Amino acid sequence: MKWFDYAAPKTLSEALALLAAHPGARMLAGGTDLLVQMRAGRKPADLIIDIKNIAELNELRYERASGLTLGAAVACYRIYGDAAVSRAYPSLHQVASLIGGTQIQGRASIGGNLCNAAPSADSIPLLIALGATCRIAGAGGERVARVEEFCTAPGKNILAAGELLVSMHVPAPRPGSGASYLRFIPRNEMDIAVAGAGVAVELENGKFRSARIALSSVAPTPLFVREAGDWLTGKPVNGESIAGAAEIAKAAAKPITDMRGTKEYRRHLCSVLTRRALETAVRRAQEVQ
Amino acid sequence: MQRKVHVRTTINNQAVEFLCEPRQSLLECLRDIVGLTGTKEGCNDGNCGSCTVVLDDRIVTSCLVLGVEAEGRKITTIEGIAAGNQLHRLQQAFLTNAALQCGICTPGFIVAAKALLDSEPNPDEERIRLWLAGNLCRCTGYDKIVRAVSECAREAKA
Repeated sequence: MKWFDYAAPKTLSEALALLAAHPGARMLAGGTDLLVQMRAGRKPADLIIDIKNIAELNELRYERASGLTLGAAVACYRIYGDAAVSRAYPSLHQVASLIGGTQIQGRASIGGNLCNAAPSADSIPLLIALGATCRIAGAGGERVARVEEFCTAPGKNILAAGELLVSMHVPAPRPGSGASYLRFIPRNEMDIAVAGAGVAVELENGKFRSARIALSSVAPTPLFVREAGDWLTGKPVNGESIAGAAEIAKAAAKPITDMRGTKEYRRHLCSVLTRRALETAVRRAQEVQ
Repeated sequence: MQRKVHVRTTINNQAVEFLCEPRQSLLECLRDIVGLTGTKEGCNDGNCGSCTVVLDDRIVTSCLVLGVEAEGRKITTIEGIAAGNQLHRLQQAFLTNAALQCGICTPGFIVAAKALLDSEPNPDEERIRLWLAGNLCRCTGYDKIVRAVSECAREAKA
């Protein structure tokens, strides 16, 4: 790796001051993407800012009324190790347990997964489906963005120079709601999604009150298929409705052919994964009703 | 300004201080500066698990940790597993079950498997395979490794 300096600020304002003085700095949370990229000579930086000592970025707090605050540097194991969070958001528990292996989960954060903005990121479709928002801080103050607006191109996000992701907020699960993320990989663990589907539903009187569906690995960024969820609204909860939404998701996918799969195969996967993820989400919603 | 950093940490229950460049990984620091060469470098990008160490009670791949991040933390490496000349029962089980051939992956497997048994004394086979998914072995085909860990899990149960 090329030479860089290292700083581990203890407060958000200290981190923002460092970032303002070093526009080429990069943030270190778990380092599981950053250090691989730095070693390969991609995205070099003259300063690495370790954000793990900052309270706001380490916060993992669930309240029944207000929902979940997930600090940008919180490692995956803390999510699936937290009984209250796992109970309220089984889908988040599921996603935190499937990114990398045990060693990676001990370091990697969902915030890092989001900032890295890979089309194949496992956590992003689920965050979109759950309606999560991002708290972004910069020298000029703070702003909030929806997760579906965050990624702009492979490896690129909406953070401007001098800005950093502080945390994500996931709304409290409403009665009759359920979510799920499902990906296809040829191995059992430790692989990059050929395609994936994150879904969230809210059921009422045997009908879909609302639904949100997003896909991974089938577009330059994680893809929010708003029309598939909107189409489900008001439809009866049955296999026909679910199959219809899965076809809309499939039609929205814009995959490429690469070593992981052909575009035809990926489109097919979108339909299968969306259907199965919806079935799981519906089952979860019915369990908590 | 290009300056080395003074790191104070605890490795295998001993206070250790070292000087490193911020760009050096914990793996490089352990092997090349501290002289603990039991931890192996395999892929150097977090996929193979050969460089697994325990960092504050969590297993991590030390190739994806900076040496400077060790400041004030607690690290356990393969050198901290046996009690003097007395092998840990996992190490003994790896020998009895022939769970190693070339041996490069073995320190990582032992450190990772011990962390599992420390937190969950009785994992079943599926749990063991899932926990060790981040450790690659190109020789054994994994069965003997899983058998060795299962044997220790059964002993704990008995």
